[in-house]
Amino acid sequence: MAQTVFLEAINQAIQEEMRRDESVFILGEDIRRAIYGATADLLSEFGEKRVLDTPLSENGFFGAAIGSSLVGMRPIVETLTSFMWVAMDQLISQAAKMRYMFGGQATLPVVFRASMFYGAGSAAHHSDRSYPMFMNMPGLKIVVPSNPADMKGLLKTAIRDDDPTIVFEDGTLFGMRGEVPDNADLPGEELLVPFGVAKVVREGTDCTIVAIGGSVNHAISAANQLAAEGVSVEIIDPRTLVPLDKKSILESVEKTGRLVIADPAHKVCSAASEIASIVAEEGFWSLQAPIQKVASEQVHIPYTPSLEKHVYPDAPKIMAAVKRTLES
Amino acid sequence: MEIDRDTLLLILRRMWMIRNFELKVMEVHSAGEFSGAAHPYIGEEAVAVGACAALEDTDYITGNHRSHGHPIAKGGRVDKAMAELYGRVDGYCKGKGGSMHLADYSIGILGESGILGSSVPVAVGAALAAYIRGDKFVSMAFFGDGASNQGALHESMNLASVWKLPVIFLCENNQYAVTTSYADTVAVDHVSDRASAYNMPGILVDGQDAIAMYEATSAAVARARAGEGPTLIEGLTYRFEEHSLGLGRVARGEYRSKEEIAMWRQRDPLDIHEAKLISQGIATREECDAINAETVAEVERATDFARNSPFPEEADLFEDMWANPIPLP
Repeated sequence: MAQTVFLEAINQAIQEEMRRDESVFILGEDIRRAIYGATADLLSEFGEKRVLDTPLSENGFFGAAIGSSLVGMRPIVETLTSFMWVAMDQLISQAAKMRYMFGGQATLPVVFRASMFYGAGSAAHHSDRSYPMFMNMPGLKIVVPSNPADMKGLLKTAIRDDDPTIVFEDGTLFGMRGEVPDNADLPGEELLVPFGVAKVVREGTDCTIVAIGGSVNHAISAANQLAAEGVSVEIIDPRTLVPLDKKSILESVEKTGRLVIADPAHKVCSAASEIASIVAEEGFWSLQAPIQKVASEQVHIPYTPSLEKHVYPDAPKIMAAVKRTLES
Repeated sequence: MEIDRDTLLLILRRMWMIRNFELKVMEVHSAGEFSGAAHPYIGEEAVAVGACAALEDTDYITGNHRSHGHPIAKGGRVDKAMAELYGRVDGYCKGKGGSMHLADYSIGILGESGILGSSVPVAVGAALAAYIRGDKFVSMAFFGDGASNQGALHESMNLASVWKLPVIFLCENNQYAVTTSYADTVAVDHVSDRASAYNMPGILVDGQDAIAMYEATSAAVARARAGEGPTLIEGLTYRFEEHSLGLGRVARGEYRSKEEIAMWRQRDPLDIHEAKLISQGIATREECDAINAETVAEVERATDFARNSPFPEEADLFEDMWANPIPLP
């Protein structure tokens, strides 16, 4: 097992898939010079035609990626969540809808890698955590990895999947180190994490925390502190939101009777909202306390650290939520 | 340029096929055989047919809401098109797309888009695949004068030009975006003038003349296949009917004068093409009439096919969402 940084895991996944399959190529802004780090050394290995720096034309080049996927290519688009607004028409009107609208004729193996740069003074125009808005739109698969190994394994799966997929890459994790298995130690000698299979990050008996993306580490921190107080927490990381492994969530709630959901997205119609509604509908009789959502406050992301630090889920907020469930 | 007789007659046949398809659609729509939006292509046939006659089956097109003409021009099947309008399982999209979303992936018709300008980047993407792989196919994006104001088109033209992609941007300038005149909304005299901003040829063509469209498109296709990049072609044309079926009953006031409509109806693309074929001795009046009659019969058969095809069942609702299916939420 090698200790690998999150961004290196992204780079490994792209490099391995581009080596494996000539139809895989990558396009985006400033990717040849790898200004975000994830695309380092791709230009020298794969050349200019498969590593394309684009103009600032998200709607144009998202659409070009979509069109190329219809005729046999497997494009990877690198972008930021906040730039996806500029390309919403292509993401929704074309990528999400084409296959169904054309009666199954269209196949779109396109991956959009969207960085979420929140929590670092990037202000309202560069800090979006927008995956819940895309969960609402049928036709897009949605991935939110929380550690380097899942990042690598889920991205490789996304590139091989035949449906349009958005991989939300949590910027608060970019420098995170974690164990990524060496290919030689794996069955099939490669790391593939399947969609729709949640990960039990930690087993426990008193309360379930479903945590998404960067919130998983905060949930682990909260669970460690709660353990010292004698509270046993189970942490579930869904890893993919579409498809969502609701069975694992419901089974955990059946065991613990309590549910906290930690979600860096805005709290209204968040992923947490959807998970809460599923458990309320299908797991109600397991619950011994009201479900607690710990999601971002319903405000824009302020620039100044003194304000921004109050917006997102963190370990103290998650701990407080777990304790509220235990009061009942 | 020298154009062989088969091509000239194929152009005539496809124009008649569109005309008779649309006349039938107007008839059965007003009779209430199906509901939903439909946008007749009558008057504009020479644009799509002339342009698509310059393409191979292995080339790609994308189009817009006025979507019956493009697939028929590219060699699509009228029975599957009509069945789609009727919402039946044997339609091109199994009844899930309808009039505005015809597609036939077996012959490069990547699909029509109801969001205008939105399918242009998609066509650029098909061309991008040709560029990366070194394939020789070309890609053509149909759009109107209205969509020529969309950012998607301008981003696409820039992208295609900087990468020298094999794309033909094919503007069907029928002069009105629903009721709004292009003279009031387009800042240049001709949509084709916009090509200069993207360092590509911009060609203004008489869109009522199928041969002129064929010649201009053939040159653009040759340029694209040679790796010399994209071309913008504007076919100046006119929509003889309303924007969409039934709109005339709800629109307030006239936006096109009767004189203007009458003037353009004098320039019927079928009359123009037939007159050329007959005067040049390529076909007789009787041969032209026979082609018309054959397409009338084929459209009749297509309509019977559509009427006899079943509607999709409830179980079909969730089909075709995913290539790699996932559980329902």
